[in-house]
Amino acid sequence: MKKSVFFGAATVAALAAGAAAAGTLDDVKARGKLNCGVTTGLVGFAAPDANGEWKGFDVAVCRAVAAAVLDDPNAVEFVPTTGKTRFTALASGEIDMLARNTTWTFSRDVDLKFEFTGINYYDGQGFMVPKDLGVSSAKELDGATVCIQTGTTTELNLADFFRANNISYEPVPIETNAEAQQQYLAGACDVYTTDASGLAATRATFEDPSAHVVLPEIVSKEPLGPLVRHGDNEWGDLVRWTLNALITAEELGVTSANLAEMAASAGGNPEINRLLGTEGNLGEMLGLPADWAVKALAVGGNYGEIFEANIGEATPIGLARGLNAQWTDGGLLYSPPFR
Amino acid sequence: MTTMTDPPKESFQLSMLLNDTRYRSLTFQAIAAILLALSIWYLGNNLIQNLRAAGLNISYEFLGNPSGYDINQTLVEYDSQSTHARAALVGILNTLLVAFLACVTATVFGVIAGVLRLSKNWLVAKLMAVYVEIFRNIPVLIWIVIIFTIMIAVLPGPREFRGADPDASMFLGVAAFTNRGVYIPQPYFIRGFGGVADLLLVIAFLAGSFFAVRAVNARATRIQEATGERPQTLWTNLAIWFGPLIVLFLALGLTFDVPALKGFNFAGGIKIGGPLIALWFALSIYTGAFIAENVRAGIQAVSKGQTEAASALGLRPGRVMNLVVLPQALRVIIPPLISQYLNITKNSSLAIAVGYADITATLGGITLNQTGRAIECILLLMLFYLTASLLISAFMNVYNASIKLKER
Ligand SMILES: N[C@@H](CCC(=O)N[C@@H](CS)C(=O)NCC(=O)O)C(=O)O
Repeated sequence: MKKSVFFGAATVAALAAGAAAAGTLDDVKARGKLNCGVTTGLVGFAAPDANGEWKGFDVAVCRAVAAAVLDDPNAVEFVPTTGKTRFTALASGEIDMLARNTTWTFSRDVDLKFEFTGINYYDGQGFMVPKDLGVSSAKELDGATVCIQTGTTTELNLADFFRANNISYEPVPIETNAEAQQQYLAGACDVYTTDASGLAATRATFEDPSAHVVLPEIVSKEPLGPLVRHGDNEWGDLVRWTLNALITAEELGVTSANLAEMAASAGGNPEINRLLGTEGNLGEMLGLPADWAVKALAVGGNYGEIFEANIGEATPIGLARGLNAQWTDGGLLYSPPFR
Repeated sequence: MTTMTDPPKESFQLSMLLNDTRYRSLTFQAIAAILLALSIWYLGNNLIQNLRAAGLNISYEFLGNPSGYDINQTLVEYDSQSTHARAALVGILNTLLVAFLACVTATVFGVIAGVLRLSKNWLVAKLMAVYVEIFRNIPVLIWIVIIFTIMIAVLPGPREFRGADPDASMFLGVAAFTNRGVYIPQPYFIRGFGGVADLLLVIAFLAGSFFAVRAVNARATRIQEATGERPQTLWTNLAIWFGPLIVLFLALGLTFDVPALKGFNFAGGIKIGGPLIALWFALSIYTGAFIAENVRAGIQAVSKGQTEAASALGLRPGRVMNLVVLPQALRVIIPPLISQYLNITKNSSLAIAVGYADITATLGGITLNQTGRAIECILLLMLFYLTASLLISAFMNVYNASIKLKER
C-alpha cells in the first residue's frame, strides 16, 4: 500500500517536472512529433475521416506547424480535447499547441496564462432550432431548453444574452458536440447554441439539414485561433508566423499550384521571396530551415485553399468567407508583413 | 536452593534497531514515515515551484466573483450574477439531494432483491440473481448513460403534447412524462401562511400523530402483557394518522398546481429533471445490487436454528423474517451498507455525464474551467467529498452501535 502511494507520487512529480521545461521547439524536435490538441470531432474543423485520418480547418494549422518544424505534415499526434479538458491539457504540457475553435478572450490570455498566436476564424455565437418550432428570432426563445457545451464562452454569452433580454431559459450542459447533437435531435432541448461555424458544421452532418434553421442573431464575438502556453515566446512566434505565412501566401497569390515554381528561385516580389526563403534569413530567426514556409504551404496550400477545402461553400458545411476574407477583399484577415 | 538470578540487564545498542525483533518494526515504520513525509514535502515543493515558474498562484478570491453561468436545477436562489461560491453551494445541495434519494431507494431495492434471492420460488430467486449479476458487473457510468439515453429516446418531447391531436398526452391529465423530466402537480395551500410556516405546521401535526400512535401501541402492549390478548389498533392508528392531517389540509385549503404546456416547456407543478431521474435511478439500481448481496449474506449469517425456533413457536414465514431474522441480520448488514452509501455519494460525481449540476459539475467543472483555478477547485472538491463521507460513516456508525448485540 505504502509502496504504491510512493510510486504514484513519484510519477506525478516526474510529470509535473516535465511540464515546466520551456523549450517546446526542442522538445518537439527531439520527440519527432507535434502534440496538437483538437476537438473530439467537429466535421470540417477537426474530425477523423473514414480512414481514421484527422482532417479539417484546425487540423490544417497543426499539420502546417508540423511540416514547418519537422518537415512532415503527418508527424502530429492529435489529442482530442473537450471544452473542459483543453486548457488543462495545454497548461500541463500534454499538448504543445491547441487548435480547437478556441475563442481569444482577455481572461484566457491574461489569467489562464496562454498566448493566442493569431486568429484563424472570425466567428460569433448563433442559435439553431428545428424549423417546425416556427421561431424566427432568438428573442422569442423565452422558456426554451438550450443545449450548450460546457466549459466554453458560449455558456457565459448565453447567460448574458438571456439576461439582457429579460427572458428565461433552461441550460442543458453537455461535454461534447456529438452528445449535444444527439440530445438536440431527440428533442431533449429546443435550441442548440455554439459558434455559428460550429452550428453550420453540426447541421451539415444531420440527416435532413434543411429541417433546422440558424437564427439571424449573432450574440457575441468569437475570434477563434491557435494558442500555446505563456512563457515560451520562441515557440509562440513559430506558431504565430506559420499561421501568418498561410494568410500572407493567399494575399500574395502563392498557391499549391505555383508554390514549387515560386520557391525554386527568387522572383520579382521581395516579400514572396522572403516568405519562401529565397531571400533573407527569416527561417533562421525562427530556428528553422529557410524553406520552412514552403513546407507549411505544401501541406494544404494557403489559407484560402484550406478554407475552401474544409469548410468553404463547395463543402457540405458551406461557409462563406465573410469576415474571413482578406482585408483586400473587405474581410478582416490582415497578416503583418514578412520583413 | 533458589538462586534465581535476574537476566543480565543488557544495555541498548544501536544494532538492536535492526537485529532485535522488538525494535525492528518500529525502525522500519519510522523510516517509512520519514520517506513518506519527504516525498510529500518534495511534491508540495515541486508543485509550488512549478506554479511560481508558470506565474500562477493559489488564491481563493475567485469564489467571490460572479459566476456568469446558469444552472438548470437550483435548490436555493441562484442566477448568473451569483458568486462562484454560491454556484458551489447549489452543486453541494444537488449532490446531497441525489445521494440521499439514491441511498433510500438503493436500500429498498437491495433489501427486496436480497430477501427474494433466498426465496424458495425458483423463478423469483433466479430473476434476482440475474438482476444482481447484471447490474453489479457493468460500470455505473454505463448504466447512467444507458438509462438517460433510453429516457431521451423513448419519452416524448414537450412538443409532442401540443396541438389538437397530440402524439402524447398527460398521465391522468395531471402528470407529464417528457424526455426532459417528469412534471407532477405541486400541492399548495390557498389559505396558507407561507411556505416554511405551512411546512412546520404539517410536521407538527405529523409529530403529534406519531406520539399519539406510540401511546396507543404502548397501551395495547400493556393490555397484551396483562391479558394475553392484543386489542385491535389498526383503525385507531389510521384515524390518528390521517384525521388531523385531513382537517388541517381542509382548513388551509389544499390545492394542486397542475403542470401545463406553456411555450417550449411545461410550466407549473414540480419538475423532476431528466438528469436527476437518470442519475438517481442508475445509482439506486446499481448499488441496490450490491446491497442485495450484503442483505443475503446477512440473512444467511443468522443461524438456521433461529428460523427453526421461530417456526416452532408458530410464527408465519413472513413474521419469522421480519421479527427474528432481519433484526439479527442487520448487525451483519450495516457495516458494508455504510460503504455502499459512501459509494453512492462518490459515484454521484459522475453526474456531468448526463448534465446534472452536482458539485463536480459546478465547482469542479464550469467554475474550474472558466476561472482556470484547477488546484483550488480540486482541493475544495476533495475537502467536500471527504467531509461528506466522514459524516455519513460517523452517522451510520452511531446507528450501527445502537443495534449492536447488547450484552446484558
Ligand atoms: N469558441 C468557444 C466554443 C468552442 C466550442 O466548444 N466549439 C464546439 C462547437 S463549435 C466544438 O468545437 N465542439 C467539438 C467537440 O465537442 O469536441 C470557446 O472557445 O469557448
